[in-house]
Amino acid sequence: MCMRIKDHIILGPERAANMVWITVDGKELMAKEGEPVLASLLAENIIVNRYTVKRKEPRGLFCGIGQCTDCAMIVDGKPNVRTCITPVRQGMVIKTQHGVGEGGGKNGE
Amino acid sequence: MVNKEIVVVGAGPAGLAAAIEAAKAGGEVLVADLNILPGGQLFKQIHKFFGSSAHRSGTRGIEIGRQLLAEAEKYGVEIWLNSAVIGLYDDRVVSIEKGLNSGEKELINIKAEKIILATGASENVVRFKGWTLPGVMGAGAAQTMINVNRVKPGNKVVMLGSGNVGLIVSYQLMQAGCDVVALVEAAPNIGGYGVHASKIRRAGVPVYTRHTIIEAKGTDRVKEVIIAELDDSWQPIAGTEKVLEADVVTLAAGLKPISDLARLHDLEMVYNGVFGGWVPKHDENMESTQSGIYVAGDTTGVEEANTALEEGRLAGIAAAESLGYIAEKDAKERKDDTWKRLDGLRMGPFGEKRMYAKNEILACFPARS
Amino acid sequence: MALEQNGYITREELASFNQIISEERFKKGPVAIIECIQQIPCNPCESACVRKAIRIGEPITSLPVLNEDRCTGCGVCIARCPGLAIFVIDKTFSDAEATVAFPYEYTPLPQKDETVDAVDRTGRVVCKGKVMKVLNPESFDRTPVVTLAIPTEYADEVRSMKRRRDR
Repeated sequence: MCMRIKDHIILGPERAANMVWITVDGKELMAKEGEPVLASLLAENIIVNRYTVKRKEPRGLFCGIGQCTDCAMIVDGKPNVRTCITPVRQGMVIKTQHGVGEGGGKNGE
Repeated sequence: MVNKEIVVVGAGPAGLAAAIEAAKAGGEVLVADLNILPGGQLFKQIHKFFGSSAHRSGTRGIEIGRQLLAEAEKYGVEIWLNSAVIGLYDDRVVSIEKGLNSGEKELINIKAEKIILATGASENVVRFKGWTLPGVMGAGAAQTMINVNRVKPGNKVVMLGSGNVGLIVSYQLMQAGCDVVALVEAAPNIGGYGVHASKIRRAGVPVYTRHTIIEAKGTDRVKEVIIAELDDSWQPIAGTEKVLEADVVTLAAGLKPISDLARLHDLEMVYNGVFGGWVPKHDENMESTQSGIYVAGDTTGVEEANTALEEGRLAGIAAAESLGYIAEKDAKERKDDTWKRLDGLRMGPFGEKRMYAKNEILACFPARS
Repeated sequence: MALEQNGYITREELASFNQIISEERFKKGPVAIIECIQQIPCNPCESACVRKAIRIGEPITSLPVLNEDRCTGCGVCIARCPGLAIFVIDKTFSDAEATVAFPYEYTPLPQKDETVDAVDRTGRVVCKGKVMKVLNPESFDRTPVVTLAIPTEYADEVRSMKRRRDR
């Protein structure tokens, strides 16, 4: 299900954007260049960004403005990247983060 | 080390207004913001603003944002986006993690003559069973997704909190094509403006006052939300539970000032309940207890975009004045006008408590050594 | 106040704030209905009216007062009110029907001559309405105004139409 808003009474029709390919957990997705990574995932109805260290609980979008870190994922091999304030670029490789993520610390998986 | 006359932290209404005033007077201004887009929360405000028709009321927040950006550009304000300010040091050194086009970050230290902190506010959290499930989010987060990024966070929303944010975001979620299945409010009365509440009532949104959320259920995302009625001591009444089918819960339980930088740098703070928490003390020039560091907008107390704009103007004028760009008499006139407009925005049954709160903050400002 | 408890204004509240239009005035043609009873800092409606039929004055938190005789029911104020709290009612539309004009900021917009569900202040469907006009000029700044023809007995109740989900 596509969650993008095609038409909007105030904002008008969806504006054309430069579409690029990104890889999310091994699957290729089309995304708008420059939009937050989190938005590209939500557009595809993907809402879990990471699982917590100890209780392995799912976390997703919470503040949307770079404050809370619930939307952190592994982006191009780097863990703990806040996807709500990270712009999409062609060829980005994004992975759901488990715990602190690979290379993310001594408890990393 | 790079030198800049004025560094503004935050490119929202307060930061941009400050930058514009200072740059218009001739100051060299750099604005740093950690977000991808400038404008702070203005670009999610797609509704028409209240206020006096003398200054842009009836204009949508997005348009005010566009006008501010155009003005900032006209006066040569430099804006660094995707750039977090991570530290303030002695003698007004600002550490910025500057976002580069390559996607990398570069740490840059800037020696500023004046610093204006306009870091805004963040949303409060309400905890209940399941509040960490994906799908539970701040109302502002949902608003960012629908109005800035144009993606829906889900289809069926339960809104918790009936202040203006809860009411306005409920309306905007419907404009985005979502359904709001309930507006839940613990208090006996709706907190925000009646006209905002009336818009969502006409659209058929059920309002549950004296209710709260007991639990959000689901495995990897919200599927169901359980609400219940509250008694006079705010405790859930057994047997009144209702199960609502929803995939999003938005929390609109107020905001608190973002003041990390102010605190890190030992600006004197004061607690103010009306303004949402700890705020830096400041004088009528919006200057903090440390000379040359100014504060403006929600970081000095949560209000709204119009007041943030005016406070930003004050800080910008005062900073430019102290650098010698504006003569004292001229600056005084402009600041007096701005204070008059601020007073106008802090009137009436909804606004006057903010006027008192601001006066308390001004009154507790210590003599500067 | 009922408005604070329930989120909608009752006729009793409107009456207590003197915001009920006299039946004599209704007989003369279309007129603006301002449903604004809280003191909020806002005054664009005042300058919206070229005939100076709406007065707020100072301070800007004062409630708007409509001069029934000056108002021609032109409807320019509807889209200018940031609170979407102004409507225009014409009880002289026909023998059995009145028109209600209201702001409607949703897509899809209804089409002229279409039949839609007319709702009251609580969102309850009270009758069918026929779309007479949908205005959305640039000067309204994206607040379209929809005019419905409805049975006259519902003119004091109908304030919007049911939001449509066929998008």
